[in-house]
Amino acid sequence: MSSDKPEREITYLDAVREAMTQEMRNDPRVFLLGEDVGVYGGAFGASRGMLEEFGAERVRDTPISEAAIAGAATGAAIMGLRPIFEIMFMDFVAISMNQLVNQAAKMRFMFGGKVSVPLVMRTPAGSGTGAAAQHSQSLEAWFVASPGIKVVAPSTPYDAKGLLVSAIRDNNPVVFMEHKLLYRTKGPVPEELYSIPLQKAEIKRPGRHLTVIAISIMVPRALEAAEILAKEGIEIEVVDPRSLKPLDKQTITDSVTKTGRLLIVHEAPVTGGFGGELAAVVAGGEAFDRLDAPIRRLAGRDIPIPYNRGLERAAVPQVEDIVAVARELATQGR
Amino acid sequence: MPYQVREVLAELGLDRSAQCQMVADFLAKKLVWMLEKMLLTRYFEENAEELYTRGLVHGTMHLSIGMEASPVGSIAAIEPDDYIIHHHRGHGHTIAKGADITLMMAEFIGKEAGYCKGRGGSIHIADIDGGNLGATGIVGSGLPTSVGIGLALQMQKSDRVLLSFFGDGAANIGEFHESLNMASVWKLPIVFICDNNQYGMSMPAEKSMNIRHVAERASAYGIPGVTVDGNDVLAVHHAVKKAVDRARSGEGISLVENLTYRWRGHSKSDRNLYRTAEEIKEWRQNDPIVRFARLLIECRVITQAEFDQFDKKCKDAITQATEIAATFPEPDPRNMELEVYAP
Repeated sequence: MSSDKPEREITYLDAVREAMTQEMRNDPRVFLLGEDVGVYGGAFGASRGMLEEFGAERVRDTPISEAAIAGAATGAAIMGLRPIFEIMFMDFVAISMNQLVNQAAKMRFMFGGKVSVPLVMRTPAGSGTGAAAQHSQSLEAWFVASPGIKVVAPSTPYDAKGLLVSAIRDNNPVVFMEHKLLYRTKGPVPEELYSIPLQKAEIKRPGRHLTVIAISIMVPRALEAAEILAKEGIEIEVVDPRSLKPLDKQTITDSVTKTGRLLIVHEAPVTGGFGGELAAVVAGGEAFDRLDAPIRRLAGRDIPIPYNRGLERAAVPQVEDIVAVARELATQGR
Repeated sequence: MPYQVREVLAELGLDRSAQCQMVADFLAKKLVWMLEKMLLTRYFEENAEELYTRGLVHGTMHLSIGMEASPVGSIAAIEPDDYIIHHHRGHGHTIAKGADITLMMAEFIGKEAGYCKGRGGSIHIADIDGGNLGATGIVGSGLPTSVGIGLALQMQKSDRVLLSFFGDGAANIGEFHESLNMASVWKLPIVFICDNNQYGMSMPAEKSMNIRHVAERASAYGIPGVTVDGNDVLAVHHAVKKAVDRARSGEGISLVENLTYRWRGHSKSDRNLYRTAEEIKEWRQNDPIVRFARLLIECRVITQAEFDQFDKKCKDAITQATEIAATFPEPDPRNMELEVYAP
């Protein structure tokens, strides 16, 4: 890219669409199915315009049947196609679980390695839209505990495009979590096709006093918190794992080894959340000896997401929460 | 009460002249093929049961003894490069689809040489290269996956079809409805086949649904549905062939229900508390293999002496497969993590 040309900025939603579109142009085996992905363009608009380009066979509207949608993707994948299916809200994946977890995830292993299941489940996740308890969850913990499935949660438009391309090209079932509040965020995204490897964390902001590992929407919140704390002389390093499974343990370990302090931030409920796994990776590894303070977790409260705006906000970590805990942790014992 | 044999025969049975007419429509080779697959299934399972009783098998098994005509008659109606997906009681489907019995036995006893390298066992038996896309252990789980297999065949403009087998128990799960509905709307090249053995573990089908035949549900999807005498291999073949032709010509799915009965319990723990010895005895007298052998002898396709010879050949083949499979090495527990994901 020439330096005098300003970088193109598009939204996260557009980046998702561009990844699907470019991969579908490249590979006739790739197709999209799901509820209202065709004429409607997807509940959040991710596939807007794609029906016109690719037709109703490859941008396929389905009945409201999340189990059969997941099954249709699984069966098509073992036959050599590369389906992407959209589950309109991540909460609805409960209906698809049997096909995803008992079929798609296990078929390769339990059939002796003779099949592969190259599918992507794209799904809008997370709270903050007033959609209440059944349209707001972040369910990554269910999937990281299911061997056979990969889990990806991009936080920027650039990552969304590059990681979705990798997810589509991967020969395994990939759960691709798109945070609803990130859909409208903008960022530089090259027009040409590129991919980001699935096991590669990224340091979104370097710092020396404290490592914050943040997932999905918590990445921009942690960056905002870092900006505020920088004015107080506290330098936070923000690490975005991007892919939760497989996990880039090295980047995490290296960062904590450098800073000696770790705060983990995610939106899903704290109990049984992925933060526990991240903490165990650090506490059980070579970075343990370098820790100057206990590992802290800042995560969703152990409640269903409430409807009321104030209650909903209070259910999951906000920028001010990250600032407060990070400040405390960065100065603890100094 | 489950179906009594005489009820089934009165309602669905074909008379002798119709059966002889059917026999006449086949090449002798094909009839003997069906007999062979049924006998191999029977002896495979009797052998499996014996190994289990002798404590030589780890895990469980689901025997289809008495039900052999349903998978064999159905699979006789497709070509070798068509596909099947089936269920936990799937030895007959696997044998009929052409699996090597030694590799099947190796899988049953958990050997590395088995079809699934000892990772799946009999409950997940699959022969992917042979178009057998596997047995699912969770009742009805193959149904949604079938939609995708059918969809791929349609999108790839293939002229292949899929037989999707499930049991009477699976007819009552939510995925049954989602799958048949979606597959009917898209006119996929699938035949859904219910191996109705009349019990979901201990639960009689008649207490599980408010209709007499699973096939009646076809009307809800605007598709043909038919119930046949599932212990008559030629009747099964006839119904499935019609549905296969329809699927192959692009007209869409059908539902075929093969009414049969399992002689053995659901699995190893079953004490048959939910049915009477008389009922089992009555159904044992309606043995699909005996019925078919008798018909072939009566219609002069084979002689009794030829049958006896053939029967012994099948029995010996299973004994030999079992002996060979037992000599295969055990799998290595190291590095199993490397098998979970495809490169």
